Amino acid sequence: MDNLLDIQNLSASIAEKPILKGLKLTIGKGEVHAIMGPNGAGKSTLAKILAGHPAYEVTGGSVFFKGQDLLDLDPEERAHLGLFLSFQYPLEISGVSNAHFLKEALNAQRKGRGLEPLSREEFDRLLEEKMGQMEIRSEFKDRNINEGFSGGEKKKNEILQMAMFQPDLAILDETDSGLDIDAMRTVAKGVNQMRNSERSLLIITHYQRLLDYIQPDFVHVLVDGVIVRSGGPELALELEEKGYA
Amino acid sequence: MSADSTFSHSGEYKYGFVTPIASDVFPKGLTENTIREISAKKDEPEFLLKFRLKAFKKWQGMQEPKWSSAKYPPIDYQNISYYSEPKSKPRLESLDQVDPEILKTFERLGIPLDEQKRLTNVAVDVVFDSVSLGTTFYKKLADAGVVLCSISEAVHRYPELVEQYLGTVVPIGDNFFAALNSAVFSDGSFVYIPKGVRSPMELSTYFRINEKETGQFERTLIIAEDDSYVSYLEGCTAPAYDTNQLHAAVVELVAKKSAEIKYSTVQNWYSGDPKTGRGGIFNFVTKRGLCLGDHSKICWTQVEAGAAITWKYPSCILRGNHSVGEFYSVALTNGKMQADTGTKMIHIGENTRSTIISKGISADESMNSYRGLVKMLPRAKGARNYTQCDSMLVGNRCSANTFPYIEVENQTGQVEHEASTSKMNEEQIFYLQTRGLSKEDAINMIVNGFCKDVIQELPLEFAVEAQKLLAIKLENSVG
Repeated sequence: MDNLLDIQNLSASIAEKPILKGLKLTIGKGEVHAIMGPNGAGKSTLAKILAGHPAYEVTGGSVFFKGQDLLDLDPEERAHLGLFLSFQYPLEISGVSNAHFLKEALNAQRKGRGLEPLSREEFDRLLEEKMGQMEIRSEFKDRNINEGFSGGEKKKNEILQMAMFQPDLAILDETDSGLDIDAMRTVAKGVNQMRNSERSLLIITHYQRLLDYIQPDFVHVLVDGVIVRSGGPELALELEEKGYA
Repeated sequence: MSADSTFSHSGEYKYGFVTPIASDVFPKGLTENTIREISAKKDEPEFLLKFRLKAFKKWQGMQEPKWSSAKYPPIDYQNISYYSEPKSKPRLESLDQVDPEILKTFERLGIPLDEQKRLTNVAVDVVFDSVSLGTTFYKKLADAGVVLCSISEAVHRYPELVEQYLGTVVPIGDNFFAALNSAVFSDGSFVYIPKGVRSPMELSTYFRINEKETGQFERTLIIAEDDSYVSYLEGCTAPAYDTNQLHAAVVELVAKKSAEIKYSTVQNWYSGDPKTGRGGIFNFVTKRGLCLGDHSKICWTQVEAGAAITWKYPSCILRGNHSVGEFYSVALTNGKMQADTGTKMIHIGENTRSTIISKGISADESMNSYRGLVKMLPRAKGARNYTQCDSMLVGNRCSANTFPYIEVENQTGQVEHEASTSKMNEEQIFYLQTRGLSKEDAINMIVNGFCKDVIQELPLEFAVEAQKLLAIKLENSVG
């Protein structure tokens, strides 16, 4: 079958320091993959490179997403194509309301896909619906993007964005960090609601605990820029017990 | 660099509004005789000549202020011509004759085609003829009793009003540049709003249909009688070129009992070569409003996005009890620009209130300072001020400064001051890009979020243009 994401021998560095060293990973439609690994292994680097962060230099290999050369595209073009990155540390932006931002972003993506923009009414309806599913209070709409949000609120906001954009592949970078157990449940619930046979997830996590809530199909271990082991969900449990050593 | 070479760079504005030297230009230099000749040329009444001469005497004994953070080569005031017949901008046949860069900017600002033609003085067809548009505009104002004319015209039509108010808000000896302006001012605008009248429209269209170059020493006087209201917007988002490097304008506002004056400025003068800073406009402006009557209100809103050097502090003298002064400012600097801008709120009356919201954005190697004074005199019982000064830095080579001066001379005054400095970083831009926004739109969103509190004070038609202007200005400075 066609792979949604196909990463071959990906090498990348930041400020001339090599981080990824020939990484291979393929993700099929509807699959949920988890990448685990110790600090500094290159997990977040992988996420940022896939999303198109300008600070990283790809020094070798290839990445294809839906058959297109992903590395050729600007970050916004990757979003238009259906890629989403939930940030480990979502950025705060003053003076811009969540609702305004979501509308602009969603319509930019629709435009990128050749679709008509949503009208204000259509957008409002969609936002209400998604916020309801995520158990987010309506005052959230008028708050500035992530400004003064708690860690949990920021992550909820990321997942709300994902729910609005309906990406084909969502990369969740350390989505569990900084969350208490209740917040993690809500976030996981939001993610699980979006699981279907068409949508794939790449979950990047240091700890196994998020995987109790979002069951992966495949687990990979990333150490020093390469994937050293791959397996099923049981691998996560084994790692939890024995560590990465 | 000598002043001589500074002032000769004007020739390099290839597409600027450079007119062939009109026959009626005074030789360079400033003496008492120059003043007399200016006044005679304009056929001015005796009081105005006296006003000019008195200002000239003051000016001769004054020093150019050195306290601002701006640095520039010395200006040779004897190397400037102080009078030329107001000249029309050169008439062009089509937009093809306009600098393509300017057209590109127009397009991106979303200025309609006909408007573009008017701004660049391209001949327009009959339907959109600026003259007929102007006629309708003036008729509407005249019907309401609003006076809007050039100050030269006002000197002849309303000499008693001009004599009564000119120099009462900004005294002739107020500062070096104000004194110079008072001595030699060329032209400017005069607005009079009679008692109880709300101006039926924003007095901004005026500038869009004005074919004359704005003078180097502009003088504006606005008088709002009891219970009147006027909103006045000067300037334009389109890039403005001028052959004169030094601009020293004076603006005076007078608000009587329960009157309100809203004065908005969008300034996008040529800021000089971004690498060397050469050739940009020196914008040394004195703007001050007097809240004379009880419950009067003056609101300054400015978007300062151009000029090599900006030196301006639109201020309010809150004399009437319960009078209100507001200052909303965005100052954006890039390249080698220098801005030293802010306000003065002088609380004299009881229960006077003032609000200061200042947003400074500095990029590249520019320098951006907020300088503001809040003063509460002993009589200003119950006076309140709220000040918020935010700076945003783009890149590592620019600087931002905040110089708040607070003087409270009574026990009941309340002053609040908040300040912040942030940095627009690549991470924020990247974050928005990953959500589907182009880099341009991402920068736009961040900058406009930062400036929101100010932009929303602008008349709606200009708010959108101003937002785009800020984004365009910053585009090359980020990443």
